[in-house]
Amino acid sequence: MAYSDKVIDHYNNPRNVGSMDKNSTDVGTGLVGAPECGDVMKLQIKVNPETNVIEDAKFKTFGCGSAIASSSLATEWVKGKTIDEALTIKNTEIVKELSLPPVKIHCSVLAEDAIRAAIGDWKKKQGAEKPVAAEAK
Amino acid sequence: MSTEVKIPQAQAQPSNVDSTGIKLPIYMDNHATTPMDPRVLEEMLPYFMEKFGNAASRNHSFGWAAEEGVETARERIAKLVGATTKEIIFTSGATESDNLAIKGAAEMYREKGNHIITAVTEHKAVLDTCKRLEKYGYRVTYLPVQKDGLIDLDDLKRAMDDKTILVTIMAANNEIGVLQPVAEIGKLCRERGVIFHTDATQAVGKVPTDVNKQNIDIMSISGHKMYGPKGVGALYVRRKNPRVQISAIIDGGGHERGMRSGTLNVPGIVGLGKACAIAFEDMPQESCRMAGLRNRLRDRIMNRLDEVYINGSMENRLPGNLNISFAYVEGESLLMGINDIAVSSGSACTSATLEPSYVLKALGAGDDLAHSSIRFGIGRFNTEAEVDYVADRVIETVERLRELSPLYEMAKEGINLKDVKWAAE
Repeated sequence: MAYSDKVIDHYNNPRNVGSMDKNSTDVGTGLVGAPECGDVMKLQIKVNPETNVIEDAKFKTFGCGSAIASSSLATEWVKGKTIDEALTIKNTEIVKELSLPPVKIHCSVLAEDAIRAAIGDWKKKQGAEKPVAAEAK
Repeated sequence: MSTEVKIPQAQAQPSNVDSTGIKLPIYMDNHATTPMDPRVLEEMLPYFMEKFGNAASRNHSFGWAAEEGVETARERIAKLVGATTKEIIFTSGATESDNLAIKGAAEMYREKGNHIITAVTEHKAVLDTCKRLEKYGYRVTYLPVQKDGLIDLDDLKRAMDDKTILVTIMAANNEIGVLQPVAEIGKLCRERGVIFHTDATQAVGKVPTDVNKQNIDIMSISGHKMYGPKGVGALYVRRKNPRVQISAIIDGGGHERGMRSGTLNVPGIVGLGKACAIAFEDMPQESCRMAGLRNRLRDRIMNRLDEVYINGSMENRLPGNLNISFAYVEGESLLMGINDIAVSSGSACTSATLEPSYVLKALGAGDDLAHSSIRFGIGRFNTEAEVDYVADRVIETVERLRELSPLYEMAKEGINLKDVKWAAE
C-alpha cells in the first residue's frame, strides 16, 4: 500500500512525542484502542485552567504508520485550541488531511477518540463544576 | 529461427546502492516467491520460440522436442522427491495441485468415507478447499497445533475414524517455516489405509523430501518457491504400494493421464525441472548456508533487543525462515521503517482481511504478538552483508518505534498489559 507524503512525514518526524505527568491536575490523558486490535494511542493535553486553552500536547502510539500519523496530527491540531474548539475536531478532517485510504479510517476515528478521552479525563479532574462533556459522537 | 537473448542477472537492477555496496532494496521475502535462477531461465528460453511445439503433437519434430523437454523435467522432479516419472502430473501451481489432490481424492474415495483431516495452520489453498467440500457433505477435522506450530500425533490418531479417507498436512509452513512430522503422519495414515496428501510447496527443494521414506501418497509442488517460474507446479500421485487414484477437476483432452487436461506449459515445466535439478545438486550446502544466515540474523537481532519472540519451533524449521514478534511494536509500522527491505508481517494492517495472521493466532501467542510479527525469508541470492544490514535496520527501527509506543512505556513502568482494561471497540 502506498502511503501519502503527509503520512510518511509524520511517521518519519512525529510531532510532540512524549509523556506528561498523568497525575497532574492540569493534564488530561486519553488511552484508547487495544493491543489485540493492533492500535493503542495515548494522547495527553496540558490545559491552562484560566483560559481552557490546550497549551501542550503529547502522544505515544502503538499502531501502523497511519495511526502514528493520525495521532501526531491530532497533537498538532489541539495545541493552542480551547477545550471546546478541540472537541470539534472530526476524524473526517484527519482523513482528508492525511489522505487516508478507506481501510485506514479507523486510525482517524481512534485519534478523535483519543482527543475526547484526554479532554474527558481533564474535565473529570476539574471536578463537578465543569460538567463532563458528552463522550458520545 | 535462432534468437540471441541476453540472459539478465539473477537480481533486479538496483534502484539504489548504499555506501557499503549493498544493492537496495533487499529482497528477503522468499516464502512469497523467489527470483528465478538464471540457469533456469537459460534452460527455458529455447522453449518459447524454437522448441515451441505442443508436447501432445505426436506426429512431428516440434511436438517431439517439446515432449522431450517435458519428460526431462518429469525425470528431474521425480529424482528430487524419490518418485517415478509416471507419478508426476504438471499443474499451474501449488494451489491447483492442492485443489486437485483434495477434491480429486475426496471424490474418488467418496464411497469409502467422507471424513478429511487437516490442520488449522494450513495454507488457504488447502483450508478453503476443505471448507468447500464441507458444503458438499464431507466432514472435516481441523487439528489444532501446539505452541511450537507442530500438530500432536495423538490428536491425529484420535481424529481418525472408519470414515476417514484423507489426511492433508503441509510439509513446511509458509509463515513460520515449521516442518510437520511428515514421515510419522505418513506412517499413521499408511497403517490405517488413509490417503496422505502433503502440501510441500515450501519444503521441496529446501529440505530433503522422499515420498517413499515419508509415506507420502500425494504431494503438491510449486515452481516459483524454488527459483523456478511462476504459473507452474506439479502433483505427485503414488502409483504403487498402494496405488492412489484421484478424479480430475479439469476435463478436456486427457493430458497427464487424464488427471489434468490442458496443453502443457512447456517452458514453465522445463523451468520447474531445471529448478529441481539445481536443488538436487545444491541442497546439502545451500541449506547449511541458509541456516547459517538465518541464525546470524536471529542472533544479531536478539543480542541487541529484548522482548523479541520467535514464532514456531526453531528445531523443526526451514533453514531460510525466521518469524519474529517484536513486542510493543506494530508490524506494519516496522515494515514502513525498513522500507528498503522486502519482508512480510502477520499484522492485520498488512492483510486484506484486517485480521492478524491465523497461523500465529493458532500458536496461542495472542493477537498482540501476531500484530508485531515479521517474517524473514532468506533465499539463495541473499548475502551475509545483506543479513547484517537487515538486522541493523530492524534493530534501529524497533528501538525508535518502542520509544513511540505507549505499550513499551507502560511495560517499563511495570504495568502488566494483560491486566489493563482496554477501551477497545
